Amino acid sequence: MTHVLETAAHPRALRRVAIEPLTRVEGHGKVTILLDEQHRVHQARLHIVEFRGFEKFIQGRPYWEVPVLVQRLCGICPVSHHLAAGKAVDMLVGARQLTPSAEKLRRLLHKGQLLQSHALHFFHLASPDLLFGFEAEPERRNIIGVIGEHPELAVRGVKLRKFGQEVIRAVAGKRIHGTACVPGGMNKPLAAADRDALRGEVAQIVRWSQEAVRTCRDLLDASPHAPIFGVFPSNFLSLIRPDGALDFYDGGLRARSASGELIFDHVDYTHYNRFIHEEVKSWSYMKFPFIINLGDEDGWYRVGPLARLNNCDALDTVFAEHERQLFRQAANGGMQHATLAYHWARMIEMLHAAEGIERLLDDPEILGTDLVTRGERAFEGVGVIEAPRGTLFHHYRVDENDVVVRANLIVSTTNNNQAMNEAVRQVAASYLDGQQLTEGLLNHIEVAVRAFDPCLSCATHALGRMPLRVELVDADGVVVDRLVKGSDGRCTRDDAV
Amino acid sequence: MSPDPRKTFRLDGREIPFREGQSVFDAAMAAGVYIPHLCHNPDFEPHSSCRLCTVIVNGRPFASCTQPAVAGQDVKSDTPELNEMRRSLTEMLLVEGNHYCPACEKSGSCRLQATAYALGLQDTHFPQFFPHRDVDASHPDIILDRDRCILCGLCVRISRTVDRKNVFAMTGRGIATTIVVDSPSGLLADSRVSRDDESVKHCPVGALMMKGEAFKIPIGERPYDKALISEDSVAQFQAREAAAHG
Repeated sequence: MTHVLETAAHPRALRRVAIEPLTRVEGHGKVTILLDEQHRVHQARLHIVEFRGFEKFIQGRPYWEVPVLVQRLCGICPVSHHLAAGKAVDMLVGARQLTPSAEKLRRLLHKGQLLQSHALHFFHLASPDLLFGFEAEPERRNIIGVIGEHPELAVRGVKLRKFGQEVIRAVAGKRIHGTACVPGGMNKPLAAADRDALRGEVAQIVRWSQEAVRTCRDLLDASPHAPIFGVFPSNFLSLIRPDGALDFYDGGLRARSASGELIFDHVDYTHYNRFIHEEVKSWSYMKFPFIINLGDEDGWYRVGPLARLNNCDALDTVFAEHERQLFRQAANGGMQHATLAYHWARMIEMLHAAEGIERLLDDPEILGTDLVTRGERAFEGVGVIEAPRGTLFHHYRVDENDVVVRANLIVSTTNNNQAMNEAVRQVAASYLDGQQLTEGLLNHIEVAVRAFDPCLSCATHALGRMPLRVELVDADGVVVDRLVKGSDGRCTRDDAV
Repeated sequence: MSPDPRKTFRLDGREIPFREGQSVFDAAMAAGVYIPHLCHNPDFEPHSSCRLCTVIVNGRPFASCTQPAVAGQDVKSDTPELNEMRRSLTEMLLVEGNHYCPACEKSGSCRLQATAYALGLQDTHFPQFFPHRDVDASHPDIILDRDRCILCGLCVRISRTVDRKNVFAMTGRGIATTIVVDSPSGLLADSRVSRDDESVKHCPVGALMMKGEAFKIPIGERPYDKALISEDSVAQFQAREAAAHG
């Protein structure tokens, strides 16, 4: 299933482009495209240099530090890492089942995170492409352009995100990098005043989320690209509830094939490494996970909103479930494979999160004060959640002194590594083949990557400012064209080429 | 015994009453004047090692925690020069160890962190040393994280004079100085320390912590979330004075 453009048949005839390792926080990405004499695409690769070292430097630290330490991986979705690590640490203290109030607080925290992250991505980052077109002038195709021409939409995006951030603050003490999870539970109950304040706003948030789904759907319907842009078959992976409904916080692992057949279902996620392995490729610092049974060629998969809505049988909130059914009907009940459908799925999930928040705020147990439980001590813990960008795995082993001796993290963006590469290849083959590079072309590639909302923090979370270099290299290894987008968002052609 | 109102010294232009035998530091704090400090805990004998509480007494520098108050002294503390020195000392402490505040369970309760904020530190200024220091997590109840140790010696003094166990000591010289544990293996698990010891309860920076307590105090309720260290230290000192002397 791997796209033929991953590796050219005779790459030695082509000059290999060297890149400097840059951290993911810096958000640097690079696309290389190898062409023959007729400027046909032979190879296209998205290089992401993801070298953070967390798995190494948490070794030697006590396990109770881990949920607070690893959330520093990210400033966009730290809650996801906090929760995944928190679940793993629960296992270490034998807390396989949290108290009802603790679990509901975690779910509330998680839904706040999903809501703010999805709102940030759609309104701030993705909407300019969809509102103005992929090839609109860059000066207009950004959040300032959205504020200028669609002020209501822009303000709504800000307010939706603000609400999600407020949910996080109420539960974790801070909007970013708070503390909430302690081994076996949570460190504080929700204050009644916070609950009441959030309740006063949540109905409006649900309404706005409904409208956001419609807005996204309308934009995709109106886009000439939507049906063909970055469409490719893949497997899908996500967590699933025992009854088949989507669950962001807990459940078993489900994988479906491109045609929708189950590959595995309701797998205990603590055994994830019996089903998923990671492949290393020489040209990327980011690993390539795959389903073991299918092998590395065919076993790669997509995660995140598109995968979750393709995988699940239902959403357990009314409005979001209605939208999910429309989503699936649009693919005639089959799998949605369009890259741009990620946006639609993301907005449905945002609505689902908003409705879920509303329901949790109405639950009396959300104010409960019995928040910590313990059980039999263990020395290995695995925590898996559905982060905004997809399935997130945290796995730790500790020694008898409570110190971490081994850690393995498979973050959402890593799960999507191969899929993002496939999207780049599809777009390169469809839009670039035989063409001279333009800024608009460069943005097509960026749009494809951006649809996944990859956690290259600064990169895709600073619209139009993702430092990116696209090179055309002919069959003799000569760079025939080069466009460079700097961190200031300006795109320049390298005239020396 | 209340301070003798006839006996005062001048601190930054203000007359400070004191009791016979009181230090400049204690008299100042009792009068509501904060002097930054790290190695000194008023519940225990002063040590004058961190030098953060240095003041100028009649033109000469002294550690205020061990300098006896004398009537008629002219003492300067809150001056740009002294505060700059305190900032530099604090910056050096921060780069000499491995102080990762964002993930530290002591954050919000840490005197080093709070003092740095009080002194207006914007960054650590000096290059980080990133030393390799061992974590001793061998004890079932107590963890010794040398990354955070600022060598204030409080645990050494308290273990010796209060617990009477001599569990902790300093070894090495200069920049290589480190805290060691008195046990055959050098590990806490094999020492006489116990969770009830005073020596493990007063570490200002979280080098000595009880296991199982991390992050239990939520953000917003930690000591230095609620008050500046200057206010908190003075309030605690005055409460202690009121309890002891009425």
